[in-house]
Amino acid sequence: MLIPSRNRGGLSRRRFVTGLGAGAVMAALPRPLQAHTPTAGQIPPMARARWNLRVGRSRIEIDHKMLHAPCIGGDVPGPILRWRQGDTVSINVTNTLADEDTSIHWHGLRLPASMDGVPGLSFAGIAPGQTFTYRFPITQSGTYWYHSHSGMQEAQGLYGAIVIDPPVPDPQPCARDYVILLSEWSDVSPMDMLSNLKMQDDYYVFRQRTLASFPREARAAGSPLAALKDRLAWSRMRMAATDIADVTGVIYTYLLNGHAPDMNWNALFTPGERVRLRFINGASMTFFDIRIPGLEMLVVAADGNAVEPVPVDEFRIGVAETYDVIVQPREARAYTLFAQSEDRTGYARGTLAPQPGMSGPIPPMDPRPVRSMVDMGMGDMKPGSSMKGMAMPDHAPGMQASHGHSHLMPHHEGRMMEGMDMTDMQPSPPEPSGHGMSMPEHHMDKPTHHKPTTDTASIIEVDDPGPPPLNVENQNIARMPTDRLGSPGDGLEHNGRRVLNYSQLRATRPGSDPRPPTREIIMHLTGNMERYIWGFNGRKFSESGPIRLRRNERVRFTLINDTMMEHPIHLHGMWSELENGQGAYRPYKHTLISQPGSKLSYLVTADAPGMWAYHCHLMLHMETGMFRTVIVE
Amino acid sequence: MRRALPAAALLLLATALPAQAQSQAHSQAITTARKTTTATLRKPPPRAAYHAADAPTNAPVAYVGGMKPVMDQGRYLHGILDELEGRYAPGGTDFRWDGEAWYGGDYNRLWLKSEGTLEHGRLHDGDHELLYSRAVSPYWNVQAGVRADIDDGPTRTWGALGVQGLALYQFEFQATAYVSDRGRFASRIEGSYDFLLTNRLILQPQAEFNLYTKSDPARQVGAGLSDVDAGLRLRYEIWRKFAPYVAVSYAGYLTQARRIVHDQQGESGALRLTFGVRSWF
Repeated sequence: MLIPSRNRGGLSRRRFVTGLGAGAVMAALPRPLQAHTPTAGQIPPMARARWNLRVGRSRIEIDHKMLHAPCIGGDVPGPILRWRQGDTVSINVTNTLADEDTSIHWHGLRLPASMDGVPGLSFAGIAPGQTFTYRFPITQSGTYWYHSHSGMQEAQGLYGAIVIDPPVPDPQPCARDYVILLSEWSDVSPMDMLSNLKMQDDYYVFRQRTLASFPREARAAGSPLAALKDRLAWSRMRMAATDIADVTGVIYTYLLNGHAPDMNWNALFTPGERVRLRFINGASMTFFDIRIPGLEMLVVAADGNAVEPVPVDEFRIGVAETYDVIVQPREARAYTLFAQSEDRTGYARGTLAPQPGMSGPIPPMDPRPVRSMVDMGMGDMKPGSSMKGMAMPDHAPGMQASHGHSHLMPHHEGRMMEGMDMTDMQPSPPEPSGHGMSMPEHHMDKPTHHKPTTDTASIIEVDDPGPPPLNVENQNIARMPTDRLGSPGDGLEHNGRRVLNYSQLRATRPGSDPRPPTREIIMHLTGNMERYIWGFNGRKFSESGPIRLRRNERVRFTLINDTMMEHPIHLHGMWSELENGQGAYRPYKHTLISQPGSKLSYLVTADAPGMWAYHCHLMLHMETGMFRTVIVE
Repeated sequence: MRRALPAAALLLLATALPAQAQSQAHSQAITTARKTTTATLRKPPPRAAYHAADAPTNAPVAYVGGMKPVMDQGRYLHGILDELEGRYAPGGTDFRWDGEAWYGGDYNRLWLKSEGTLEHGRLHDGDHELLYSRAVSPYWNVQAGVRADIDDGPTRTWGALGVQGLALYQFEFQATAYVSDRGRFASRIEGSYDFLLTNRLILQPQAEFNLYTKSDPARQVGAGLSDVDAGLRLRYEIWRKFAPYVAVSYAGYLTQARRIVHDQQGESGALRLTFGVRSWF
């Protein structure tokens, strides 16, 4: 009834082949792998407006994991598409897969809805043997990417980078320019991952708190009693503080431009040159923390759009985000590009070097993050005091009834807070959206008093779902969601390095739509890890209606994350202008990380008519329900 | 299957429970305070009822080609043998299995449970259930169906209604009530807990109790608490789905059933060294 697994690298896995994969593997001629040409990461010398892409399955082996991967032109990742702003591009996508539809979605591109490449919303997909011609004008520039939106092809290799030249000379000229596309590789099919997670939510987590790890925790917590209390608190909630990633390095090999760490992808530089690195997170389930020991990185663009340069030592990239950074290595030595997964179960790695074939030292991975009460939306309570104010799902009706009014009424927050005495619970005061500069801990000693901004005053319609229910599909309520825009994220705070956070992103030009929002849509991100169901407002996709926006409506989306995981939320077709305290210089993003237990807001101009996808970009979260249709009428 | 905390944590359980009561009282106090202060400061502004932007509607969305963009209504099939073991005794080793399988989606599932013990070539304690399971809360399912006691003893059939899920502190728990075709009642309570010694070495105490309203000597059943089957299993998860274990198991009859078995010259209870494999697909 079960197949004991092979052992490899100390980890054993169940060998798995899909029915489809099995047939295809046997039919395919074995050929030596080669997903990684020497040109991986090299941007084509010239922009082109016409492209022909062939989607098929290729037998590819990376890190001893053989996969009949759906991909373009036999390569993972697919080719880097270089376009030019102002052109109209035309891309013929031919499906040579045996018996499955495919599609290509142009992630972050502003285009007609029919060209967006989401089966069911934009078009009917591309059937086997068919060719679909995408044709749309390019009205933006920067670093983007493309991926399949059919089945789970994206998780197995159907993705690639897009680089769009600006119409004017780059204000940040660089001698060299590379794409750094991060992703995962596994021979376990995504459907199997999902099935395993439905049976056991911590199936891929082997870093849990155990008896063996207790002494270490006791030292960290100060006493065995404190450590025990913290464990009991988590156990009581039927959650795990060690729940960082659903799918881990136990089955994933992390790739940099299609290269496993020991394949050491190389990029060349001459000392003193400025080198632009276009980071793209093309993974399906993994956040990466990126640094290049010995080099300062100048962040100059986020999600394709230029930002005022921010010098950092490290940054976190959520699934589907892109960041352009500029480095200037001055010594003639090898520098390691180090991208560790957020849960520290593995890393992707490459090398910047003056000559091919060099390699630099690989730093040890950082300690793994551990979730805290902040992640549960319990404000800034210390673990020791955590038992006191904690929501007891389905066992504390009093708590449920009192939930949430501090964050549910954006108009009146300031007033609501005035008379409240919650000294025990040390809440972060909810602020009117757009004041996201301060760190959570900074809130604590501040009297909680904020006047509504003029922005808020302009809102005449609020779609507030109220506190999400505790039901089959939702196991937690963030009772005191905090503003975490000033935090680089779990595991990166106070690590001694300058780590990018969202409040530092400032666009280089003011937003194109100065109108204040007239409508606010509040969305709770919810889920039940135990049953592995994800959604918004306590509902999965199939139980929800579409979100309807009026044409050219100016809308504020407010996301309250009731789960204890990060979710990269992606709205197709329209920009998400993050309200991070930069006033008119809001950064324009296509994918925003909603940190656990946090609240954030962004503005959207509904200027693109049609049906669009709106979803968490963690593939297994999307497929289990964290997806909505947005209709612009 | 659950994450666990060290055994010592259990000892704190008792002290923690009053803390919960306190916290509820605390929260209610806050609620009250909030209401009064808000009311005295200012009349709450009129406010429309809650409305979700993504509220379910009756008007269907016209998806191109009728294709739903995600498939969140998938159905899954899994089966697990929690116990597949030999219980060693000098006079003859017993073999026991206890497992379940389910098929379905997030809310509705069909469950099959089966257990039994092979003792001296005779099958007893054979208990097989076919249940419809409905998810009703974050961690609980309600289950209803039929149970058939099929082994080398006389066959009995029962209607079943129970709950199954994850209790506080991540205890796995099942409680089922039965009514037989002869108008008798019975109940079974099962619980287990996973203590993680390491991420792969897991100690699991487990117990199952059976209660009956009337005796049934032909099946060694007594009125009241009739029998218990418990084990303390130490398993090593070579992989999640395959974990050999060593255990100490106890199977025995209690109260009236104990006398019935004694009168039949049967063994009324035995603690045994046990070896087995836990596996699932």
